[in-house]
Amino acid sequence: MLRYIFRRLIAVPLLLLGVATVAFFLSQTTRGDPLSAVVPERQMNNPEIVAAAKERWGLDKTLAERYVIYVSNLARGDLGTSFTTRRPVSADLAERLPATFELVLAAMTFATVVGVGLGVLSARYQNGPIDHFSRIFALLGSSLPVFWSGLILLYLLTVQLGWFPGPGRLSAHTPPPPPITGLYTLDSLLTGNIPVFLESLHRLMLPAIVLGWSVVGVITRLVRSSLLEVLGQDYIRTARAKGALEGRVMIHHALRNALIPTLTIIGFAFAYLITGAVLTEAVFSWPGIGSYAVSAARALDYPAIIGVTLLGSLAFLLANLATDIAYGLVNPKVKLQ
Amino acid sequence: MMEQSKEPLLEVRDLRVDFRVPGGYATAIRGVDLTVGRGEVVGLVGESGSGKSISMMALLRLLPAAARVSGIARFDGVDLLSLSPRELSHIRGGRIGMIFQDPLTAFNPVLTIGAQIVEALQLHDRNLSGKAAWTRAVELLAEVAIPEPGRRVHQYPHEFSGGMRQRAMIAMAISNRPQLLIADEPTTALDVTVQAQILELLQRLREELNIGMIMITHDLGVVAGIADRVMVMYSGRVIERGQVDDVFYASRHPYTRGLLAALPKLDGAREALVGIAGTPPSLINRPAGCAFRPRCSHAEAVCATAEPPLLRAGQLESACYVSDRLSGMTP
Ligand SMILES: Nc1ncnc2c1ncn2[C@@H]1O[C@H](COP(=O)(O)OP(=O)(O)OP(=O)(O)O)[C@@H](O)[C@H]1O
Ligand code: SF4
Ligand SMILES: [Mg+2]
Repeated sequence: MLRYIFRRLIAVPLLLLGVATVAFFLSQTTRGDPLSAVVPERQMNNPEIVAAAKERWGLDKTLAERYVIYVSNLARGDLGTSFTTRRPVSADLAERLPATFELVLAAMTFATVVGVGLGVLSARYQNGPIDHFSRIFALLGSSLPVFWSGLILLYLLTVQLGWFPGPGRLSAHTPPPPPITGLYTLDSLLTGNIPVFLESLHRLMLPAIVLGWSVVGVITRLVRSSLLEVLGQDYIRTARAKGALEGRVMIHHALRNALIPTLTIIGFAFAYLITGAVLTEAVFSWPGIGSYAVSAARALDYPAIIGVTLLGSLAFLLANLATDIAYGLVNPKVKLQ
Repeated sequence: MMEQSKEPLLEVRDLRVDFRVPGGYATAIRGVDLTVGRGEVVGLVGESGSGKSISMMALLRLLPAAARVSGIARFDGVDLLSLSPRELSHIRGGRIGMIFQDPLTAFNPVLTIGAQIVEALQLHDRNLSGKAAWTRAVELLAEVAIPEPGRRVHQYPHEFSGGMRQRAMIAMAISNRPQLLIADEPTTALDVTVQAQILELLQRLREELNIGMIMITHDLGVVAGIADRVMVMYSGRVIERGQVDDVFYASRHPYTRGLLAALPKLDGAREALVGIAGTPPSLINRPAGCAFRPRCSHAEAVCATAEPPLLRAGQLESACYVSDRLSGMTP
């Protein structure tokens, strides 16, 4: 088991190098001129300034040279300097990562709890009202783009009904809790600051629901269909025959087996959430990696774009690994090696 | 007290099962009567599809929602078919144990054998501690002669061989010392030596624990070794029943005789198996009259009129218009 995890972890840097290479060459062949991002329009005719900028950002070197420099910097954990914030990309990412992590984690929790719950109920009461409701709920979530459902809900629930506070992780005059994990909800809880905990949780809810809703559908449908399949199996009859009541049969015997295929989809859903977070953050002015990615893309800020890409890939790879490990843990027939 | 124990352990009257199928109902069980005494073994035989499994699952209400069950099934004074789900759950796995036809799929693949036996124990004894239950599970595995029970108890079903899974299934079924054990083809998927061991085990349990048993099989040889009485089913009905020797040596029904003729002879001569020609009728459109008529070599005009009732014929009860003429040794 440990050897399996170790072997998988060793492959991660190699895969990331692949991603970095592709991202690097893609960024170098796109049309936009990165010079325009670092040199103001009026100074473009000033050869000294242009030369200095090229020198500073390495824009005057050949493609191969820049690639070698880039990779050796990467190896030292140096993702370069952002054209726009003029700070190391790694520092920018580190600062914004907790916000995104908190959002994706909350969205994942919402999606899993609601997805599995609705899946169980719609299998238990097949073709009943709950089943139909969950089908529609799931369909809406999967088919509405996040920015659209986000804007609608923001308008309805925040602007019209006032149920949720405005955008951002905390209001401007609330000081953030001391950074322990960087997750406001967790940090405020750890330091016993209940008002900040409640505020950060309240502000986290709507974006997390909007983002999580987009993957509730796949989870619900898969839990439902695999539960229905599992419920027809012989061992379910055995469980009933030994005196287990229906609730226990469902949770203890059926759900455990139905969750095996569901785990894979939860892994995929996680990857999907990372992508979805970009738009959600933009809608809710969430100061995370996603909104950073949007502004970086607008400004053709290549170091930042590649940094975000690498971070996203890393998250994707780790989520995959976690899925495989969890799969091995719940399915005794799978031996990880 | 004496009066009470004379009452049979299980008494089934007019059990019927219909399945809702596209375009109507398929009648799988058509009025089965059955009694099992305390410590008595009743063999239930018949070709594949005759309704053996379905009738037993109907008793414990284990059939899918598409099945409509009617009749009375008195077990120790209470009607299983009208109990509340909670009351029924106390009897299932407690006073009635069930061994399923296919041990390969009858265990939950993601739980260890031990965990599944422990669950069966704790469902019927809320005060049993986890530790005591696991100790008991190991004892049960030892009781059904599983080697190294202390190690095996932590293994998953797929790590057991077919014969061992069947033993484990038996261990689980008898874990709460049931009064009645329903064994659905407990030996079919196994090779001959393992088959003999399992039958020996069941025989021993019956003697030690005085368990009443219903033994389902389409192998009459198995029945001969273990049962006191035999019931023969065809197309959802009991067509003959009686003491095991009477059925074996003096059957009055052409179908039973056909089954017996298909049995390999014990004298070692490896005779070719003679099956009964033809196939059982469809459940939706049975022919009028005797359901066996299309395959019966003794059929007469009267056989097409109405279903022959189950009537006393010699020592037996048979459902055949010509049973009087079929006395004497069976082939
Ligand atoms: N869900 C169902 N819907 C319709 N018909 C069914 C259903 N389940 C079983 N049947 C029918 O009921 C009849 C009796 O089946 P049953 O399983 O009791 O046979 P069996 O005597 O146990 O045979 P075997 O020796 O193969 O186990 C069969 O003809 C089968 O096709
Ligand atoms: S009643 Fe007629 S058809 Fe049916 S078994 Fe007897 S002889 Fe054959
Ligand atoms: Mg059967």
